[in-house]
Amino acid sequence: MLRVDIEKQLGEFSLSASFASEGRVIGLFGASGAGKSSLVNMIAGLLRPDRGTIVIDGETVDDAAAGIHVPTYRRRIGYVFQDARLFPHLSVAQNLDYGRRMNGLAPDPAQHRRIIDLLDIGGLLDRRPGKLSGGERQRVALGRALLSKPRLLLLDEPLGALDEGRKLEILPYLVRLRDEANVPMVYVSHDAAELRQLATQIVVLKQGRVTSFGGVKVLT
Amino acid sequence: MFDISPAEWTAILLSLRVAVIATLVATPFGIALAWVLARRDFWGKSFLDAVVHLPLVLPPVVTGYLLLLTFGRKGLVGGFLADYLGIVFSFRWTGAALACGVMAFPLLVRPMRLSIEAIDRRLEQAAETLGAAPWKVFFTVTLPLALPGVLAGMVLGFAKAIGEFGATITFVSNIPGETQTISSAIYSLIQTPDGDAAAGRLVIVSIVLAIGALIAAEWFARRATQRLHGN
Repeated sequence: MLRVDIEKQLGEFSLSASFASEGRVIGLFGASGAGKSSLVNMIAGLLRPDRGTIVIDGETVDDAAAGIHVPTYRRRIGYVFQDARLFPHLSVAQNLDYGRRMNGLAPDPAQHRRIIDLLDIGGLLDRRPGKLSGGERQRVALGRALLSKPRLLLLDEPLGALDEGRKLEILPYLVRLRDEANVPMVYVSHDAAELRQLATQIVVLKQGRVTSFGGVKVLT
Repeated sequence: MFDISPAEWTAILLSLRVAVIATLVATPFGIALAWVLARRDFWGKSFLDAVVHLPLVLPPVVTGYLLLLTFGRKGLVGGFLADYLGIVFSFRWTGAALACGVMAFPLLVRPMRLSIEAIDRRLEQAAETLGAAPWKVFFTVTLPLALPGVLAGMVLGFAKAIGEFGATITFVSNIPGETQTISSAIYSLIQTPDGDAAAGRLVIVSIVLAIGALIAAEWFARRATQRLHGN
């Protein structure tokens, strides 16, 4: 599903990671500053590796030696940021529809309804992002990413900006997503408990290096 | 007192036409330039920035004279446009629009640039991850978020264009019905005996137009903040 073997120099910090995973949810675990976000941004195409390859679903999206760098908008990935990043000038419904429109996909009312139900955001459709709570915003961001029909969903600390209560509110949705949405995910977190609930495979990053890789038990 | 004569109407309508055309033509260039100045780093950027601001600090007569040299019938660009495209600027209202557009350009660009700079670039990244190619990102995220600033720039540019005097009169002179705008009409009237009342009326018209434009620009600026906060 996802194969990563890259090196990247970012100022003083050097990132070098290599792993391959068929897992449904790859948990990327590490302290802040370990290079998790940079790694995810490379998978998304927002950063370009200095050396190495990234393969998503059999397609080589980065190959530094061959000069391949597929731009972000052609990678067919979904990305849920810590800070939601909903478009403030669009309603929730328009935000949800954005990816479908940009990719020129035909409307898929069944999937639309399924995801809106799954995330419980049917009541928010007419609102503006400015009028949503942090938890609601993050659910809409999840829906927006899913409705663009990505082949890989990247989640960069999606609960990071929420307090404990809100986290517990969103977590069940993420579990349902994993079990029902059928989209492989890369889930970034510094919270081992979160990853134990969600991930099927774990990549541990420490100071820009992969220190362990395997099942959830590597988190001990 | 407030009976506007046909001659005054001619000047007012001509001013409006000149300012509207100048603003509309300048806007796409203004947006492009504002984007370049806000988003790109390149060699000579501060020079480009200075050139754009030049009409603001140069004596208007100088700008008008430079326009005459460049876009006049014998000018390098003016000659070409006249011979091959049939576009003539000198002593025409189109020349007045060109002069007004050039003079208004720095004022038009500035709010546009500021509003583009204020946009959170992470929103554009988010759009890209959702499959939007760069030009689609521009038209669906950048431009709509910058729209209040774009409109504010247009209003300010329009207000400047409608009051422009020095460069216009230098470049296209002061011909009633063709190049005599409100400003040059006032100038002529106050040099004529008994012209005071007519000049006074035109002065009031310009004040009303200018204040209206400032209020509109302020309103657009307030809208911009609301838009960026998603309310």
